[in-house]
Amino acid sequence: MELKRTPLYDAHVRCGGRMVEFGGFEMPVQYKTGVIQEHMAVRNACGLFDVSHMGEVLVEGPDAVAYLNRLLTNDYTVMEDGQARYSPMCNEQGGTVDDLIVYKVRDGHYFVVVNASNREKDVAWMQTHASGDVTVTDVSDTWGQIALQGPLAEQILRKLTAAENIPAKNYHACWNRDVGGIPCLVSRTGYTGSDGFELYTAAADTEKLWNLLLENGQEEGLIPCGLGARDTLRLEASMPLYGHELSDTISPITAGLGFFVKMNKPDFIGKAALEAAGTPPQRRVGLKAVGRGILREHQDVYAGERKIGMTTSGTHCPYIGYPAAMAIVDREYGGIGTKVEVDVRGRRVEAEVVKMPFYKK
Amino acid sequence: MNFPRELKYTKTHEWVRFTDEETAYIGITDYAQDQLGDLVFVNLPAEGDALTAGESFADVESVKAVSDVNSPVTGTVEKVNEELADAPEKMNEAPYDAWFVLAGGITGTEDLMDAEAYEAFVAEEG
Repeated sequence: MELKRTPLYDAHVRCGGRMVEFGGFEMPVQYKTGVIQEHMAVRNACGLFDVSHMGEVLVEGPDAVAYLNRLLTNDYTVMEDGQARYSPMCNEQGGTVDDLIVYKVRDGHYFVVVNASNREKDVAWMQTHASGDVTVTDVSDTWGQIALQGPLAEQILRKLTAAENIPAKNYHACWNRDVGGIPCLVSRTGYTGSDGFELYTAAADTEKLWNLLLENGQEEGLIPCGLGARDTLRLEASMPLYGHELSDTISPITAGLGFFVKMNKPDFIGKAALEAAGTPPQRRVGLKAVGRGILREHQDVYAGERKIGMTTSGTHCPYIGYPAAMAIVDREYGGIGTKVEVDVRGRRVEAEVVKMPFYKK
Repeated sequence: MNFPRELKYTKTHEWVRFTDEETAYIGITDYAQDQLGDLVFVNLPAEGDALTAGESFADVESVKAVSDVNSPVTGTVEKVNEELADAPEKMNEAPYDAWFVLAGGITGTEDLMDAEAYEAFVAEEG
């Protein structure tokens, strides 16, 4: 399959990005600065990410809210215009088709952002389950998306737009605002655990916006960041990544996302299966390496000689300064402080169950 | 990219610094560290371990991945650079000072390249 490119491909090459395949796209895994420096920039100053590979889907029609409430596990009944809300999307077995964010544009108009690698699957799923007066349209190719993340993100953004165009609250967005002469959706969201924004704009304007942000963020130490740092940042913030902590067979309850599953709703796809399953035998936990070694995904977790689960993501976390992992383990071993061992390529490394998130701003 | 003339090299991007005919320090090259990215962990062998040319004797981990480090020579581990375990970033900062082990009783050096050959090899691979 031929790899797709985002509108920022040329900009990445110019910035010295090391390009790799991700979700069907050629994306920068890091720039010359390296993953650690990029990670630290986001925690201490600001980083710029191309997230144009994400999928965008419009859900429109008088029955849109009823449809979303049936399609997704979260509740979309009461929402302000411009508000954003995260949700898992379940299959009939209670497994997870994807996790996504829904923005309410206005009544009957919703903008849904899905994972790049699941885009085709999601759109097919959403169209198959469309009911009533609702249309589902994949508009991914017309949008670019840039994430400006870090404690200085707002300061940088203010140089390019008026204060009223910057949402004050997390998970809120301002529509069609002028950022340096470019119309943008300015959303106070991100996937790093630090403050920041996601700016959605027309594909054709994305490179101009990228360059403007980089120029205006120079004093603040803004640098471009790749998927490597995006992954270490989200892991440090204990955010799930589809294909790791969530999958077609991992339910949002097992993944510890029960807050986003509203079992008191009349119905949603997967509800019956989740109800029947009750408390799942396993749960997602955070692990901190105590012994020497770096925990990685797909490593067996032991309590003594008993295999109790498997890691789903893991690496050295630059800001907190220790190797950490997320794992799905038997529930009785999920208590904070539980001592476990992880099989790191044949070598047992001691680890401890710790509270998530590993990093909190 | 730096290719010190006094060292020997392998196609798997390790360097060898001979102190006499049978004894040498071993590490990974500037090109290797650049390709691997920020290194955060190294798993070293123990003193007395046997080394076999072309076989893994240590591994290094970047934030993203684990990579084997192959021994450029056949011999025995005489000394281990324990300081490297506490400061893996030295492999990025000064790859030709960041030795992994001192190997003794060395044989099997016929496949090693000189700096010129290694530089040409990297140019081709890159």
